[in-house]
Amino acid sequence: MENNNTYWQENLRLILICLVIWFIVSFGFGILLVDELNTIRLGGYKLGFWFAQQGSIYAFLGLIFWYSKKMNDLDKKYDVE
Amino acid sequence: MDELKLYTYIAVFGTFGLYFAIAIWARAGSTSEFYAAGGGITPLQNGMAIGADWMSAASFISMAGLIAFLGYGGSVFLMGWTGYVLLAMCLAPYMRKHGKFTVPEFIGDRFYSKTARIVTIVCLIIASVTYIIGQMKGVGVAFSRFLEVEYDTGLYIGMGVVFFYAVLGGMKGITYTQIAQYIVLITAYTIPGIFISFQLTGNPIPQLGLGSTLADGSGVYLLDKLDLVVTDLGFKEYTTAKMGGTLNMFAYTLSLMIGTAGLPHVIMRFFTVPSVKAARASAGYALIFIALLYTVAPAVGAMARYNLMNTIEPSAGQNLEYEQRPQWFKDWEKTGLLEFSDKNGDGKIQYSADANKNEMVKVDRDIMVLANPSIANLPNWVIALVAAGGLAAALSTAAGLLLAISSSISHDLLKGILTPDMTEKTELLTGRVVMSVSILFAGYLGLNPPGFAAGTVALAFGLAASSIFPALMMGIFSRSMNDKGAIAGMCAGLGVTMLYVFQHKGIMFIPGTSFLGDMQADWFFGISPNAFGAVGAIVNFAVAFIVLKMTQPAPQEIRDLVDNFRSPHGEVAAAQDH
Repeated sequence: MENNNTYWQENLRLILICLVIWFIVSFGFGILLVDELNTIRLGGYKLGFWFAQQGSIYAFLGLIFWYSKKMNDLDKKYDVE
Repeated sequence: MDELKLYTYIAVFGTFGLYFAIAIWARAGSTSEFYAAGGGITPLQNGMAIGADWMSAASFISMAGLIAFLGYGGSVFLMGWTGYVLLAMCLAPYMRKHGKFTVPEFIGDRFYSKTARIVTIVCLIIASVTYIIGQMKGVGVAFSRFLEVEYDTGLYIGMGVVFFYAVLGGMKGITYTQIAQYIVLITAYTIPGIFISFQLTGNPIPQLGLGSTLADGSGVYLLDKLDLVVTDLGFKEYTTAKMGGTLNMFAYTLSLMIGTAGLPHVIMRFFTVPSVKAARASAGYALIFIALLYTVAPAVGAMARYNLMNTIEPSAGQNLEYEQRPQWFKDWEKTGLLEFSDKNGDGKIQYSADANKNEMVKVDRDIMVLANPSIANLPNWVIALVAAGGLAAALSTAAGLLLAISSSISHDLLKGILTPDMTEKTELLTGRVVMSVSILFAGYLGLNPPGFAAGTVALAFGLAASSIFPALMMGIFSRSMNDKGAIAGMCAGLGVTMLYVFQHKGIMFIPGTSFLGDMQADWFFGISPNAFGAVGAIVNFAVAFIVLKMTQPAPQEIRDLVDNFRSPHGEVAAAQDH
């Protein structure tokens, strides 16, 4: 039970980290800060526009795989596989 | 028969033959196979199936067109519909661990309440039926344009195909067919993208081409040129045009994200994998397959807009003579989706943001993807491929939705609540009968689309976002959330969202019954009705926790149940026969 509890706490911490990054790249860079970021260029892209139409999607992908890997490690650590 | 038509027949009927062959090979023999493919689908396969399930006629046909005309504002669809992160981390693994077939079943178990299960069934059916109408229309439109048959005939063919493989194969047949459909649709989507990107920028990768300079030797970036061309004609700058205000874009994106996470036909797919670990991996693979289309779409949208502008006005002031318009222009004029009216009588085509000067009186957004290969003069086989891809996208989503509807009626409503002593064999038969009836019903709605068809897709997302998503989140992340809180929350979230949509769009979308105007000035903080699901979800959470404070928290056995599905330990083999 105690073991389960810390497993869940660690899981929650991971989810929180992921959701913060998720929020920053999409809602932050793609919407709230888009005008500021648009002053910076990435090739032909304005940076804010790039985050909204390309970058956020790549970040989502990275996040899901990272979370999946971390959770598999956690499953091993707490022997709950 | 001309070459294009021949290729189109080969592409469309070739792919249909493939789907039939798969359906016969993968017939479902048990309820477990019918609802959850026996729990034996690998994450990679499941990822493709989720991709096909998720990417509907709207993603394939409409989205790039929306982006083409909205520019930056169209980003809400890109971010909203790929916001899989919530589903992958917060819902899928735990629901898979719980090991049941359907979303209403999960909610019924977690909130120890048949009422909660029934409320979920109702939300699910409304959301799925409204969504399916759009798919059926997509099938009809694709057939009538490419094979030049009547819209009705196209719809009947589509119904027949879905009937064959969905009713026969259940989840197992649908899954394997969707894998094939994914491959067809992604090929059909990316090949024109690659061609056009290479034509315009010299870079064959559309994601990079969009950020590159034009291949005409001017050294100007494509997006800068596009911004210049559209602002010259009085349109908003492509790369900065917002949809409504910042708050509206925020709420719209959030609504689509949590609506995505709460749509039952997508969640159901996670019951088909063998383990919790596989459920997490499935979400990742699914997003790779979805991202492939979603990162190409903005390039397709921008390049299609550029090509369209360039065809009409090759250089400033040098407008195209109407008599010299290309063949694709004439073809789409026939469908009524493209209309020209020579307002100043000079025989040339003027396209402008100024309604008095604009002579392109109608440019339907939906034609951008379908007309794109012809605008860019691509070979006929590419155009034929796009037809097959559009059909694959519409059929695969329709099949997934049909399965969600039939399982919620035969498994949740009949087996779970009304006639619990039904045998597995009867349940399987009932599932097939319900699915057949659903196909006929969806076909009927496709033939006689209710006036509100366009508005209802937004309602489907609003419903999922404001009712199902918060209930699932609280069921997993709060051990004490009880039946009364969850039910009150779902009803409140749903109620607020429907009220807001109806007051601006008309009661049941009947024109003239809206009691507040459907203009931005009337909107609550400038949030459009389509974006209101996010507000509904917040209301849902708030009401649920207030009711929880006033009532008894969930009993110990439910807390144990929550502890159990939070940990992958002692996993049950998924969705067993029971």
